[in-house]
Amino acid sequence: MQIALSVKELTKQFGDFTAVDNLTFDVEDGKFFSILGPSGCGKTTLLRMIAGFYKPTKGSLEIQGKDMLGIEPNKRPVNLVFQSLALFPMMNVFENIAFGLKRRGEKGQGIINKVNNMLERVGLPDSGPKKINQLSGGQKQRIAIARALVLEPTVLLLDEPLGALDAKLREHMKVELKKLQVKVGTTFVYITHDQSEAMVMSDSVAVMNKGHFEQLDTPQNLYNNPSSSFVAQFVGENNKFGVDLKKDESGKFFGATKNGGLYSLADSFKLQDSVSFDMFVRPEAIMINPVNPKPEFNVINADVKAILFDGGNSRLLVTPEKTDEEIIVSLPQNRQFDFIKAKDNIKIGWDPAAAVCFDQTEDKIYDDEI
Amino acid sequence: MMMKSKTRKIRWSFIIFFIPVAVWLFLLIVLPHLELLRISFTSTGSDGYTLVNYKAFFTEPIYWLTFVRTALYSIFVTAIVLAISLPVAFYITKVVKVKAQGLLMVLILVPFWVSELIRVYGWMILLRESGVLNQFLVKIGVFNQPIELLYNDITMIMGLVYTSMLFMIVPIIGVLGSLDDALIEAAHDLGAKKLAIWKEIIIPYSMPGIMSGSIIVFMLVLGSYLTPKLMGGKNSLWFTEQIYNQIIVYFNWEQGSAFGFLLLLLSSMIIWVALKLTKQSFSEVIK
Repeated sequence: MQIALSVKELTKQFGDFTAVDNLTFDVEDGKFFSILGPSGCGKTTLLRMIAGFYKPTKGSLEIQGKDMLGIEPNKRPVNLVFQSLALFPMMNVFENIAFGLKRRGEKGQGIINKVNNMLERVGLPDSGPKKINQLSGGQKQRIAIARALVLEPTVLLLDEPLGALDAKLREHMKVELKKLQVKVGTTFVYITHDQSEAMVMSDSVAVMNKGHFEQLDTPQNLYNNPSSSFVAQFVGENNKFGVDLKKDESGKFFGATKNGGLYSLADSFKLQDSVSFDMFVRPEAIMINPVNPKPEFNVINADVKAILFDGGNSRLLVTPEKTDEEIIVSLPQNRQFDFIKAKDNIKIGWDPAAAVCFDQTEDKIYDDEI
Repeated sequence: MMMKSKTRKIRWSFIIFFIPVAVWLFLLIVLPHLELLRISFTSTGSDGYTLVNYKAFFTEPIYWLTFVRTALYSIFVTAIVLAISLPVAFYITKVVKVKAQGLLMVLILVPFWVSELIRVYGWMILLRESGVLNQFLVKIGVFNQPIELLYNDITMIMGLVYTSMLFMIVPIIGVLGSLDDALIEAAHDLGAKKLAIWKEIIIPYSMPGIMSGSIIVFMLVLGSYLTPKLMGGKNSLWFTEQIYNQIIVYFNWEQGSAFGFLLLLLSSMIIWVALKLTKQSFSEVIK
């Protein structure tokens, strides 16, 4: 497979602050590559370096084997779809898409054919004469992508382009964007803070935190085998327990939480050295009233604090008996659990193998996290 | 019923607030102008109404040549002011840090706290034969003896540019302030060079500001009296001086008012043509 974008030891510093810290990665040709991270993790800085708006402090950047350092944004074979889309308000749709072609010195019928072709591809034929303010949010989105794609860039960079759309349209555009990428076959580098966007669309996702990649993997692996505490928290939903390690007479390990919970752990963790660590259990890995649980299961009596109804994404907020802990349990909407009401006492259980543990870290994804 | 009473209410409040403005406009602007318009069609020599004052403008070359000269110089001054203001406005809104923006705006505003007359005298102190600049240039040996830098067209144009700069910079800053930096970056990303970014993005975007600034500056320069009078030479007669001469010196109110109306008419026409040429609508520009 050919490498479209190759980044080596890329670093960007603003004064004392290191926004991008010694990153090395390759993106294969024709792939949908996402960079997922919370705001302020350096993902926009990385994207702007690839586009050419920032000069790296250190490191190299190659596009299809060609060194890009010192090359102006207007000379790079990459195009950027801006977060604000940045469609030119004084031009109509046609002129917006033709802008880049005209700058290249293309003329007449060639431009008309390419623009119309592109409009057809993004599913908006005949909208050429429209003014930008006549377009809906989703249409603007597609025009912004068309404007960049018409130049046939080696790599298309997308800076959270779905951020401004409402939830329903965003869901729709995720699928549209993925379909479009498959159709045109251009390499997409997509940055977002929305893990669902990254997972749905991407071939591979890099989870970024504080200027470095925590994990670069397929969406499935990120979800199933997170490599760090940060990834476990950021990708998908997770219950986080700060636990201390305890060993009983038979040599089995238990994690004891500060709030009084005691959970058995799978043997595979090899965390004997650590005293404190974080344990993560996904809400969807926890069963409600497990029938014939395996002997190693953690089965706990818990009080239902609240039912967080959200259609297919409904969850229960429960507190295990004799503790102050709060656990989120996913609540399948197959009518099997309709009897559960707030303040009920139920059993919950999970396979210790479904839990993952990491050394305890101090960092919080959001400041208001407890 | 509800709707009807509501619209009636709004209309009443509108009338109440509009009356003082209307009275003010009518008494101070419309009424004197109507009287001047009437006077412009009369003549001391004959009774009744006559076009003789307007005819004089077109038949006497000294009059219409002064007007053409004034209009051309005003357009020229407007162009120079625009050429200086665009980069300055861009620099203030897009290049410097937010903190420095306020300071730079104050620096542009401060000279306008002083009256125009004082500012022009300031220039005269600098430029006259025994002025600061001459003394300096003689001292460092550029000139052997002081040279009169005042009373020529170049000095006058410089003075007019200086006195009207603010009125161009402020409206352009107004529109450029709302220009998203991403638009400039997007153009750059799509392959545009600096010149193309200015030509295709920045200037078209700031066109409403450019046009309203240009109209204000053009009208100010065309109607200015002090600067051409004090800084211009004997040959740089401004059309406003013609009006002044007719009314004050020759006491020919009829001719003076005719000139006044011609100035109003012709300058409005120039602005109309400029708006048509740049495809800007007046309502967009005065927003």
